[in-house]
Amino acid sequence: MIRDITLGQYYDADSVIHKLDPRVKLAFTIIYIVSLYVGNTVWTFLGAAAFLCVVIALTKVPVRFMLRGMKSILVLLIISALFNLFLVSGEPLIQWKFITITKEGVRMAGLMIVRLILLVMGTSLMTLTATPNELTDGLEKSLSFLKIFRIPVHAFGMMMNIALRFIPILIREVQQIMKAQEARGADFESGGLIKKAKAMVPLLIPLFVSAFRRANDLAQAMEARCYHGDEGRTKLHPLKYQKRDLIAYLILLLYLGAMIAQAVLIR
Amino acid sequence: MKLELKGVSYIYDPLASKVKKAVDDVSLTIEKGQFVGLVGHTGSGKSTLAQLLNGLVKPTAGQVLLDGQDVHAKGFPLKTLRQRVGLVFQYPEYQLFEENVLKDVCFGPKNLGLPRAEQIEKAKKALRLVGMEENLYDNSPFDLSGGERRRAAIAGVLAMEPDILVLDEPTAGLDPAGRDEILSQIARLCKEEGIGVVLISHSMEDVAAYTERMLVMDHGKLCFDDAPREVFRHVEELESMGLSAPQVTYIVRKLNERGFALPDDLLTVEEAKDAILKAIMK
Repeated sequence: MIRDITLGQYYDADSVIHKLDPRVKLAFTIIYIVSLYVGNTVWTFLGAAAFLCVVIALTKVPVRFMLRGMKSILVLLIISALFNLFLVSGEPLIQWKFITITKEGVRMAGLMIVRLILLVMGTSLMTLTATPNELTDGLEKSLSFLKIFRIPVHAFGMMMNIALRFIPILIREVQQIMKAQEARGADFESGGLIKKAKAMVPLLIPLFVSAFRRANDLAQAMEARCYHGDEGRTKLHPLKYQKRDLIAYLILLLYLGAMIAQAVLIR
Repeated sequence: MKLELKGVSYIYDPLASKVKKAVDDVSLTIEKGQFVGLVGHTGSGKSTLAQLLNGLVKPTAGQVLLDGQDVHAKGFPLKTLRQRVGLVFQYPEYQLFEENVLKDVCFGPKNLGLPRAEQIEKAKKALRLVGMEENLYDNSPFDLSGGERRRAAIAGVLAMEPDILVLDEPTAGLDPAGRDEILSQIARLCKEEGIGVVLISHSMEDVAAYTERMLVMDHGKLCFDDAPREVFRHVEELESMGLSAPQVTYIVRKLNERGFALPDDLLTVEEAKDAILKAIMK
C-alpha cells in the first residue's frame, strides 16, 4: 500500500525538466494551480491538460508511474464527484424520490474530477522531477526575503529537508518492527478498533524510541561537522539561473496569459 | 519436527522492470537439534531466506513445509509456524517495548493465548536460558546494557519455545565477550534443549567453531550445503562470492607453502595450534 503513493516521490531521469532550477518548478506548481481556477469551461481544462501532457512528455516520467499515484486519491475523487452530482441545484435531469440529479450537477462533477486529476498530476510533477533537497533549497532561496522579518527561513528549510529524508527511513523501520513483532505472534490485522489500536503499542513504542535515537545521532553528526545554521554557510551547488530557466519562466508566463485570455474571451 | 523448503523463490517487486530474485529456487531441510550456519555476502538473500522459514514473507514460487504440511495452504495457522520456528531479527533489541524485561518476554506467550501463570513461567525459563540475572527482570528494557538488551530480546523469542530458532546476526555490534557469551548460550540451547538453530553470520570463525552444517548463499541461490570442513575446502569459490575462509585456514596454507605438511582442513585456532605444535615437535 505504501509503495503505491507516488505523491512526493522522486523519479530519476535525464530530462530538460529535471535540469531546471527548482525555483522554476515551484513557480510552475503555483501557476498551474492558478490556471486551473481561472475558468470553468471545457476550454480551460483542455488547455491545462494539453500543457500538462507536453510537460509530462518532456519529463520522461512513465505515464504508468504517474497513474499509480492516482490510485491513492480515488476515494477523494469519488466523494467530491458524488457531492457535486447530488447537491448542485439547477435544471433537473433525473428525479427519483428525494434524489435529484441536475444538468449543472453532472457538469460540475465532471469538471471537478478533471480538475482534481490535473491538480494532483501537475503538483506531483514537482516532487517527481526535483529531489527533496533541491526543493527545500529552492524554497529557502525564494523565501529568503522573509529573513528581514527575522523568520528563520534556513532553519525551517533544514527541518523540512530532514523530515522528508526521514519518511522512507521510518517506513522501512515500521515494516521491520512489524515483522519482528509478528515473529513473536503479534497480530496487527484482526479484531475490532480497540484491539487494533492496542496492537499498535508494540509497534509505536519501538518506533518512537528509534526515531529519537536517530534524531540524536543525526544531531551529533551535524555538530561533529560544525553545523551552526545559516550564518556564513556556503553551498556546494549554489542555485543559479541558466538560460533554460529564463525560457521556462517565459513559457510559464505565456501559458498563464493564454489561459487568462481564453477565460476572459470565452464565456 | 522438520522444516522443508521446496524450490522456493522470492521476488521483491514482480512489477519492477528489472526482476531481481532475492531467493532463487532454494530447497533444503532443517531438523530439530541441528546447528546450521547460514553465510553469504550482503544482499545474497540470507535475511529473506530467514523470513521465508517462518512465514513472514510468502514465496513467489515453491513451498514451505512444516512436517510435510504446506504452511501457506488455506487454513494453516501461521501462528503455529511462528511459534515453532522462532526468528530473531538483526538488532532485536529495537523491538523491545514493555515497561519491564519480564513483561516484554511474556509478549510472545501472551500472543499464543496462554494463561498468565504459564506466560510468566515460560518467560522466566527463557530468561534463565539466555543467562539473564534475576534482579534485572523488573528493570526497564531501555535501562539495560547493549548485551543484556540483546539477550532479553532473544529470550522474547525463546519464550515461545520454538523447535527451530533462526538468528539473523545475533552478535552484530557486540563486544567480543558479549559475542562469545551469546554464541555459547545458543550452542548450549541446541545441545541441551534439542532446539534446531539456524545462525546467520558474517564471521567464518564463528560458523567454523559452532556449526555442524553450513549453508552458503550467493545471488539468491544456495551454493553449498555441507559440513563447514567440506565447504571451507573451496576457498577460491567462497572468495569469488565475496566470502572467505577462517583466518586460520589461510595461515595453515601459507605454512604449507613454506614446507610444512599440515592437514588442509583445520578450522579453529585450537585445531591449528595442536597441529602446528605436533609438526614442530616431530
